[in-house]
Amino acid sequence: MTLSTRYAAGSLLSVRDLSVTDVSSVLELAARLEKMEAAERARILSGRTVALLFYESSTRTRTSFELAAKSLGATTTLVSDKSSSIEKGESLKDTGLTLRALGAECIILRHPASGAPFVLARETGLPVLNAGDGMHEHPSQALLDLRTILTRLHGTQAAAGVTADSLKGVTVVITGDILHSRVARSNALLLPRLGARVILCGPEKLLPQEAAELGPGVEIERDFDRALRQSQVAMMLRIQKERLAGLELDLGDYIERYQLNGERLAATAPKALVMHPGPMIRGLEIAGDVADGTQSAIEEQVAHGLRVRSALLVRALDGNI
Amino acid sequence: MSDILIFGGRLIDPANHIDAPRDLLLRDGHVAAVEAPGALRGATAAETIDATGMIVAPGLIDVHVHLREPGQTYKETIATGTRAAAAGGFTSVVAMPNTVPVNDTVAKLEWMLDAARDPAIKLFAMPAATVGSMGAELTDFDALRTAGAVGFTDDGKPVLEDHVMRAALVAAARAEVPVSQHAEDTRLTGGCSMNAGAVAFRLGLRGMTVEAESRIVERDLQLLRDIEKKEGLRPHLHVQHVSTARAMQAIRAAKQEGLHVTCEVAPHHFTLMDEAIGDYDTHAKMNPPLRVEADRAAMVAALVDGTADCIATDHAPHAAHEKEQEFERAPNGITGLETALGLALRVLHRGQGLSLSRIVSLMSTTPAEIIRVAGRGALGRGHFADIVIFDAGAEWHYDAKTTLSKSHNTPFDGAAMLGKVKATISEGRIVYRG
Repeated sequence: MTLSTRYAAGSLLSVRDLSVTDVSSVLELAARLEKMEAAERARILSGRTVALLFYESSTRTRTSFELAAKSLGATTTLVSDKSSSIEKGESLKDTGLTLRALGAECIILRHPASGAPFVLARETGLPVLNAGDGMHEHPSQALLDLRTILTRLHGTQAAAGVTADSLKGVTVVITGDILHSRVARSNALLLPRLGARVILCGPEKLLPQEAAELGPGVEIERDFDRALRQSQVAMMLRIQKERLAGLELDLGDYIERYQLNGERLAATAPKALVMHPGPMIRGLEIAGDVADGTQSAIEEQVAHGLRVRSALLVRALDGNI
Repeated sequence: MSDILIFGGRLIDPANHIDAPRDLLLRDGHVAAVEAPGALRGATAAETIDATGMIVAPGLIDVHVHLREPGQTYKETIATGTRAAAAGGFTSVVAMPNTVPVNDTVAKLEWMLDAARDPAIKLFAMPAATVGSMGAELTDFDALRTAGAVGFTDDGKPVLEDHVMRAALVAAARAEVPVSQHAEDTRLTGGCSMNAGAVAFRLGLRGMTVEAESRIVERDLQLLRDIEKKEGLRPHLHVQHVSTARAMQAIRAAKQEGLHVTCEVAPHHFTLMDEAIGDYDTHAKMNPPLRVEADRAAMVAALVDGTADCIATDHAPHAAHEKEQEFERAPNGITGLETALGLALRVLHRGQGLSLSRIVSLMSTTPAEIIRVAGRGALGRGHFADIVIFDAGAEWHYDAKTTLSKSHNTPFDGAAMLGKVKATISEGRIVYRG
């Protein structure tokens, strides 16, 4: 599956846009950027302009993209929903066209509506990087998660490129509010294409049965302990209370059945890699000691994010390195 | 008015059980003669149309269109919408009441039906069933019926309250017109923008369930049953744009039971599935939404077995800037008047072997019966000279840029069509030439 010609080359709207070769080249680029001297890296996108268009609040994704762009020498501008034309009701198309007229060569978009990056990419013709759209996808997160998994399971060298077999024999359980999670969708669509088996886990209300139809290599297991026993990676998701309107969820019962705590981890998956895209609610989906424990790669995920997003920006702007 | 002689064509007039070569003479806006080939050779006419190789049929009738006037004339007007209809072979359309303001009084209905609106073809209207389409207080059915209403509907909104719908069915039964219902339990569809299912899950969009449609249909059928039993009346429920196998099955059972229910299917629902949304293509966003293959197949089956009474377009024009939005924000609806016949012939005639006579019946004869208009939907002597002449074998591709509608919001831009309209005649006037 390749990106439609309706969108500028270098756009990343969905992980479905990336071939395994594309994924490999992004990882390879991330590895090369990591090894570079800071001064050399800062020349790559020197003089280039990147706009961050954020219709939703975000700490790590926004900062990560912003620092990535700056480390490459690009000029960045942040437009957020507060105190901008967005607040006055300007359309996404017109906001995009304005940013383009002001010299933006690439737009990083975070938006509460699923599919918004497709609108922006179609209407502006600019490369657009999807930094999370509604309940749809968060493709850069899936790529940084992939780099984290590869590094921890197979070493730094292995994380510098992939093939369709790179995650063969690896089972990843993604647990929590799958229904509302763009991170879950991107990971469930990406990881199986590299050979992984993805188990989605959670109660019916947060994980409808049709999730199993996301793609090949994806299955559903309601019993968290049974899922953990089969997994090398446990990816936990935040319960998105703000999206739970109308869904009655017994949090006590949820914690009992789905919280990743030390006891459960020791009993079922004592060696599994623990991940979380953040923000975490300690004591709800994950116990604090597990988040801080030796099996946790949560902070490393953030660090990998910077490198992967740097690579995506270089790719989007066709940076010369 | 000039006389028109149409010769050499194959007349398909299901109401009169004709599917044979016939020549027609039109005079004073009516059919003056229908004769065997050559029998009208001596007739004089101001205009003759050589229909050799063509189908000559009663003009198509669409019981469900949105013409946006008054209030949203940047999307469409009665003049532009009816010209698009003529290009699609239609000679009568029924305007829905969700205009701004809502068509809910005799004054508004008369304004809409006034010749000053310049309709190219015959315009009918269904006013709102409740004041402002707010679902609470019934409009004046008797006065509106006298002023020309051919049915009542709150259209984009269902009449949700049981007692209000019951009262509407009773009042409509007395006025001898149908209540046309948009079957959607809106208590189940808040925030939803497409069909519920695997595609909605992947796209991260909230989905409308099959039950949101079928529950209202089942409720309305129960009301029909109840009213027949208790009031001795026989109300006519017309279910708009059925999209789910489940609702269609409920209608099928109700017909077998003998209840007076009819329904329509929109061309997009027998042609496309929810996958057509692709990369959040708002041109595939409509309500009811595109469903899954099993539902599409059920719509086709219902058109084949007669459970579905007619094809209606739900022509819903929107300006480009309204569709160039985030999927969840974009309005529902697509244009459909110029693509309906081409899709029906491609999907139902060629694809399913449905006869041309049955297609004409679904698009003209039966719609005329549903809205109970005399002299249309058939081509007997004395009927209105409402005629479509089309080449049933012509293959072409629809180009949205050529539309006569003010709007271009169609998922069928570039789509293959079968059957091309060569002429549309409304009450004896040639209103379109292809």
